[in-house]
Amino acid sequence: MKQHAFISGWRRSLVLAVGLCFAAASQSFAAPTTAQVNTTGLAVTDKEVTVGILHSLTGTMSISETGSVEAEKLAIEQINKMGGILGRQIKIVQEDGASDWPTFAEKSKKLLVQDKVATVFGCWTSASRKAVLPVFEKENGLLYYPTFYEGLEQSKNVIYTGQEATQQILAGLDWVAKEKNAKTFYLIGSDYIWPRTSMKIARKHIENVLKGKVVGEEYAPLGHTQFGSVINKIKLKKPDVIYAAVVGGSNVAWFKQLKAAGITGAKQTLLTISVTEDEVLGIGGENLVGFYSAMKYFQSLDNPNNAAFVKAFKERWGADSVMGDVTQAAYLGPWLWKAAVEKAGSFDVSKVAAASPGIELKTAPEGYVKVHPNHHLWSKARIGQWKADGQVKLVYESALIEPNPFPAGYQ
Amino acid sequence: MSAIYRNLLGGRSGLIGLAILAGLILLVLPALLDIFRLNLVGKYLTYAFVAVGLVLCWGYGGILSLGQGVFFGLGGYCMAMFLKLEASDPQSTAIQTTPGIPDFMDWNQITALPWFWEPFNNLGFTLLAVLVVPTVFAYLIGLAMFKRRVGGVYFAIITQVIAAIVTILIVGQQGYTGGINGITDLKTLGGWDIRTDSAKYILYYVNALLLLGCILIGRYITTSKFGRLLLAMRDKEDRVRFSGYDVADFKIFVFCVGALFSAIGGAMFTLQVGFMSPSFVGIVPSIEMVIYTAVGGRLSLLGAVYGTLLVNAGKTAFSESFPELWLFLMGGLFIAVVMFFPNGLAGIYEKYIQPYLSLRYFRKRTPSAPPPATAKRSASSSGGLTPSALPGATGRVMKNQES
Repeated sequence: MKQHAFISGWRRSLVLAVGLCFAAASQSFAAPTTAQVNTTGLAVTDKEVTVGILHSLTGTMSISETGSVEAEKLAIEQINKMGGILGRQIKIVQEDGASDWPTFAEKSKKLLVQDKVATVFGCWTSASRKAVLPVFEKENGLLYYPTFYEGLEQSKNVIYTGQEATQQILAGLDWVAKEKNAKTFYLIGSDYIWPRTSMKIARKHIENVLKGKVVGEEYAPLGHTQFGSVINKIKLKKPDVIYAAVVGGSNVAWFKQLKAAGITGAKQTLLTISVTEDEVLGIGGENLVGFYSAMKYFQSLDNPNNAAFVKAFKERWGADSVMGDVTQAAYLGPWLWKAAVEKAGSFDVSKVAAASPGIELKTAPEGYVKVHPNHHLWSKARIGQWKADGQVKLVYESALIEPNPFPAGYQ
Repeated sequence: MSAIYRNLLGGRSGLIGLAILAGLILLVLPALLDIFRLNLVGKYLTYAFVAVGLVLCWGYGGILSLGQGVFFGLGGYCMAMFLKLEASDPQSTAIQTTPGIPDFMDWNQITALPWFWEPFNNLGFTLLAVLVVPTVFAYLIGLAMFKRRVGGVYFAIITQVIAAIVTILIVGQQGYTGGINGITDLKTLGGWDIRTDSAKYILYYVNALLLLGCILIGRYITTSKFGRLLLAMRDKEDRVRFSGYDVADFKIFVFCVGALFSAIGGAMFTLQVGFMSPSFVGIVPSIEMVIYTAVGGRLSLLGAVYGTLLVNAGKTAFSESFPELWLFLMGGLFIAVVMFFPNGLAGIYEKYIQPYLSLRYFRKRTPSAPPPATAKRSASSSGGLTPSALPGATGRVMKNQES
């Protein structure tokens, strides 16, 4: 019942959307024949189309990736209730990447070669994406990748539904420089490709554009839990802003030790690009009060699309669920794919990829997104200030930012 | 000729065991499986190199190494460095700040190829490095440990620490190593595209033949006088030492052989899977490799291969059918093996199948040789199986591990 109400909400806002017209039309007219919409031997029948979901269900990343799986399944169920895509119901083959990059490569190959899936929604870490990328390019598969990431990549076989680094970083730094009159920055991140690239971009922007100064740059190994020495250095340098990209379990130690050292939101500006509502569950909102996150989506965004999304998600996966940035980006994947397939009139990967640029989604929980020819999304940058209940107060929202995975002057 | 028959091939039943394995991996599997599954089997077989090496180190030498992933990884990384340099020609990396160097170096603000990468432009050097680098590393570890009479549990812990250190080093130095992502997107070997189906078939066969070669070398070692000394050393190290042998040298040698086998497996892994990452170097994969050996039966060279195949096939099958439950199933399998079949697959074969076969087809073997000799002959004659005629043999091995 509630689900139905949600869908009728969709209908109102989707009056112009091709997909819905089609869903209605497919009741009375015959769907296009399989031979027409599938010329490359994908797993498409007259009734069904098979897609893959490839995330870590086990291992260290499963905490983060579960939200993405739930969002993707929710979107697919909603699409199926609306009549599916080109008159076909979506069937899911789910595989476990097991937080292990070679396993991701193996499973992606299985999905593409054995199951012949029409598309795959999956991957979370950059490492897993790098591991499957050669497979997708070789087998000509299509991947919807949900995580905000470091950029420096653009593949015809991948649609990146999260933000690339410049989208997330530049607007946030501009805001903090203007709003907090910040001149000195202390950069800290976990030691792998995404924080390092992000910090490289941040440093160039701080030094060249904002004319500020980076007073420290530190990287902690993944899984590191001792931040005492870094915190001491921060206390000595007294930066205007701590700019953080610490990930995973390290986050818990990092924020608790900051609080223990007396560095709290009341006295110190801290802007992080790695904390979403999902992480806050583990860290505890009380340890983050007053700090800022730069993301494109927060669960507390106040718009009708998001209200419907949050409601549907909680009904499907439990009232305690939280939705972070990546969860929302994962939710976009099936809808973007649906729109692209309907625009292309075919499930063929090359045709869907070619049809993707220019696809708009006015119903996205984050507001409005559009696929750029470089396969990333136009999206807004937002800054939220954390409250004790694990939600944010939105303090800044940019205009739509063009994705630019290879930013000139930042490399 | 008869020496080759006896020592290299392991006599009649050893030859039959080897022929069955060779038939399985060279004929049956390629005939039954499509190229995707066969490529997976090829991947599993690269782990079997490590397992075979562990049979020598652990089953025979009593040296439990929990860091074989290091040698697997070193071999794999040496190979990956060559392939990565070949994939990073200036045309395909034109988008980078510094074209012509691997992409991850460019992301880490490195502007010139580091000196230790330079020689990996040469295929000959690379192939040599695949074999030499891990072996020399193992030699140094062995020299430092065994000469000081560090052994048993202490050695196992130290190898584990080395695995952790090497992982941290690789992850931390991402500008030079690719960090946690590893070295990815490998395409060609000397201009030959390793991603095509025909290349996968060729690599599979090269891999299978190399593995059979390693098994033959392993069998030669175990059936020689050296193999007998290894067993003696495992069961009563002091006695061997007092007999005038330098125990440390034997241990170093067998540890180096184990490392060498692992490195070959690592290089073949990189070629068949198309990338290398620190997730094969650390503690978890190293222990997993010990599990393959335990499941197969740690005194059986052939059993190690079957154990590797079984565990990995189980992993793939369970995780495909039950993506949310598969780890429990794997855990159950391991517990069952340890509880009911402490000698692994080889133990099952020896306890139930071999007596039946012997009765039906083979002459009865002459019993009642002194225990170590029986152990040795039985190990070689049935493809390296634990002697069932030796009650308490397992107990002694276990005790030796604990001491």
